Amino acid sequence: MLSNTGNFLLSLNILLSALIIYYSYNNLKTSDDLISQKVFKISILQSTSILICFFTLVSAFLVSDFSLITVYQNSHTLKPIFYKISGTWGNHEGSLLLWVIILTLFSFLFLIYNRKHPKNYRLYTLIIQNFLILGFLFFILFNSNPFSLISPSPNEGLGLNPILQDPALAIHPPLLYVGFVGSSIYFSAAIASMITNYADKSFAKSIKSWVLISWSFQTLGILVGSIWAYYELGWGGFWFWDPVENASLLPWFAMTALLHSLLVLERRNVLYFWSIILCLLTFILSVTGTFLVRSGILNSVHTFANDPTRGIYILAFLSIMILVAVYILFLKYKPANVEINSNSKETFVLVNNWFMMFYLITVLLGTLYPIFTDAISNNKISVGPPFYNSVIIPVVIVFLFFMAIGPNAKWIKNKFIDLKIYSLIILAAVLLNFIIFFFFKSYSIISNLIVISSLFLILSSIMDIFKKISFNFPRVVSHLSFGFLILFIGLNHNFSIEKDFNLKIGETKQIDNFKFHLKDLKLVQDTNYKAVIGSLKVNDLLSKEERVLKPEIRIYDNPQTLTYEASIQTNFIRDYYLTMSNIDRSDYYNIKFQKKPLMIWIWISVAMLSLGGFLSLLRHAKYN
Amino acid sequence: MQNIIKLITVSLLVFILGIFYQSLNRSSNYDTKFLVGNKIADIELSDLQSEKFFTNDDFKNNKYTLINFWASWCAPCRVEHPYLMILSRNKDIKILGINFKDKKINALKFLEELGDPYDYLAKDNNGKQSVNFGIYGIPESILIDSKFNILKKIIGPLNEKDLKEIKEIIKS
Repeated sequence: MLSNTGNFLLSLNILLSALIIYYSYNNLKTSDDLISQKVFKISILQSTSILICFFTLVSAFLVSDFSLITVYQNSHTLKPIFYKISGTWGNHEGSLLLWVIILTLFSFLFLIYNRKHPKNYRLYTLIIQNFLILGFLFFILFNSNPFSLISPSPNEGLGLNPILQDPALAIHPPLLYVGFVGSSIYFSAAIASMITNYADKSFAKSIKSWVLISWSFQTLGILVGSIWAYYELGWGGFWFWDPVENASLLPWFAMTALLHSLLVLERRNVLYFWSIILCLLTFILSVTGTFLVRSGILNSVHTFANDPTRGIYILAFLSIMILVAVYILFLKYKPANVEINSNSKETFVLVNNWFMMFYLITVLLGTLYPIFTDAISNNKISVGPPFYNSVIIPVVIVFLFFMAIGPNAKWIKNKFIDLKIYSLIILAAVLLNFIIFFFFKSYSIISNLIVISSLFLILSSIMDIFKKISFNFPRVVSHLSFGFLILFIGLNHNFSIEKDFNLKIGETKQIDNFKFHLKDLKLVQDTNYKAVIGSLKVNDLLSKEERVLKPEIRIYDNPQTLTYEASIQTNFIRDYYLTMSNIDRSDYYNIKFQKKPLMIWIWISVAMLSLGGFLSLLRHAKYN
Repeated sequence: MQNIIKLITVSLLVFILGIFYQSLNRSSNYDTKFLVGNKIADIELSDLQSEKFFTNDDFKNNKYTLINFWASWCAPCRVEHPYLMILSRNKDIKILGINFKDKKINALKFLEELGDPYDYLAKDNNGKQSVNFGIYGIPESILIDSKFNILKKIIGPLNEKDLKEIKEIIKS
């Protein structure tokens, strides 16, 4: 029943998309500047039916309809309701449906919120977006159908992968999808803009909100994924340069560059084609990321069951998308003859873009290199954190200085009148840096430079609030947060303490300034797992702080999996992070303990960074 | 100039997409279970205690050979060692020990202390040879026949069950 409804709605959506393309195309030829009511009506119907289709799948998960393969493979009757719902997009098929929903909703919203812009530009955007929607609908219907039946219908499902049963991970995909799938709309708009020659300022205005929305959500999505990795994967880190993490970071770099180049396009009518390239690049990178993850080329926690035909389909889709986009770009490209003063705000924005491209290329190379060596020379290698850290960190230091100075530069021609103030700020930053390192007694040149440059950005951003009568508040929030983010990452990295040792019940061990005592172990039965919960007393002999941490070893029933749950105690100064694992044929438990300073401030900084994007969206909506 | 840039861009994109296509047909899972049934990589190992080299010729007359990867610093290797000692008394099977990323002095001390079950003792100082055999951690053991077919692969320390299974294979 649910299967039929779902399949019917999917087919209906294919029809509706085709109709939208057909009517929009006909509508192009009419002389008036009005979009036909038909297009509006079908768009509403399209959005509604895809949402109903999605809720059909959600209800299949809710009522545990195991006649659907997707539900059978990813759910279980004993699962809490919350995870039944999030299980809907915790798998390949369901998440593709989420893709299509976002493509469709953005298509509809772009249509109704851009009334001020010319008809043909909007119609072409709609047409291209609907081609994208069609591509994904066909993929879903014929290759990755969440409504496929299994016969005879099993009585019980296989369950959702335990590490995915987590509140952060339940909201991580939707957030991230609004981010990178949302970028589809300015991919479509960019092509429409080239076809209709609707260029420059007005183009920038029409897509700015969409870039801001996707950027802010992408930032939040990355944040939530990172928080999840921090407390679920049990490594105690929050960014691992895992290829799949990188896949979410690549469009983010492109979006960030785009966000800034749009400023120039909006104000000065230059960098049009560069902005177009960034629009195209963002969505192309998003689809590339999806391809890498779904095809199984890259292995990670995000890899769903392997099926090469999926990879071929997405690759074909990606190739067509890239070639069409590049073809139109080459056809329409006209070199601009605009001189940009080397000391002007435009140049500073361009510098931002160069940095973003540098990060993008570095991360892209690091991510693709292993695939290339494997394909060309059969060598399996992996590119790890040392590569990224050594290439990216030194560049971040320079970047932060530009980020501090850039926003205050004048358009067209800038004069450095604030040199004195900047010298004072840098002096203050250096001083603060040495105070910090004096108290914590740890030293490395690179961490000093990171702290100095981030303090420079922070102090300059704070000065901006007091200096000017009118200032761009969202920008200050974002730049300030970014400064804090780098500062906290730097301090956290430099002052983290890690201890690794074995303990048995009743034993006490002292390592440096910490005393550990494993009091006892309890066996607890939860709805869908058993847990061995340790009770570990941690004594910080320096601060006289005493805490009991309760790490868990969980044994999930469906599917049967062992997971190690870190026990984390957070406050505003530091996190205690502790994992416990059993050692085969021994009474001892392996304990990994970390004291990580200012952890929560890293999360807060990223949340504030994203908030800056949302504030900017409000500001843009208010003035346009 | 513009045309050159266009040409380079398109070639680069086609190249990347081509690599993606090629990668689709590769298994990225580093799983060595599929090795069972295949032939083992050519053996080319240097002896731990002399300048001698081991090659396939040294093993072709053995009915069965168990290749065991071990190191003195590896705690689970101590756990499995008694089973290797038991196995070494069996005449139908020879044991090749590959000492993995170890110091010679420690390796010999380890054997002196716990006994030497190995008929052949080779070294793999940088771990490269072991990778060729599809090893991704130690201890690991590979059971081969005289034709160098992999009959069984044991990841992690040998235990009683593995021992029984190996004995059954040898008997049959």
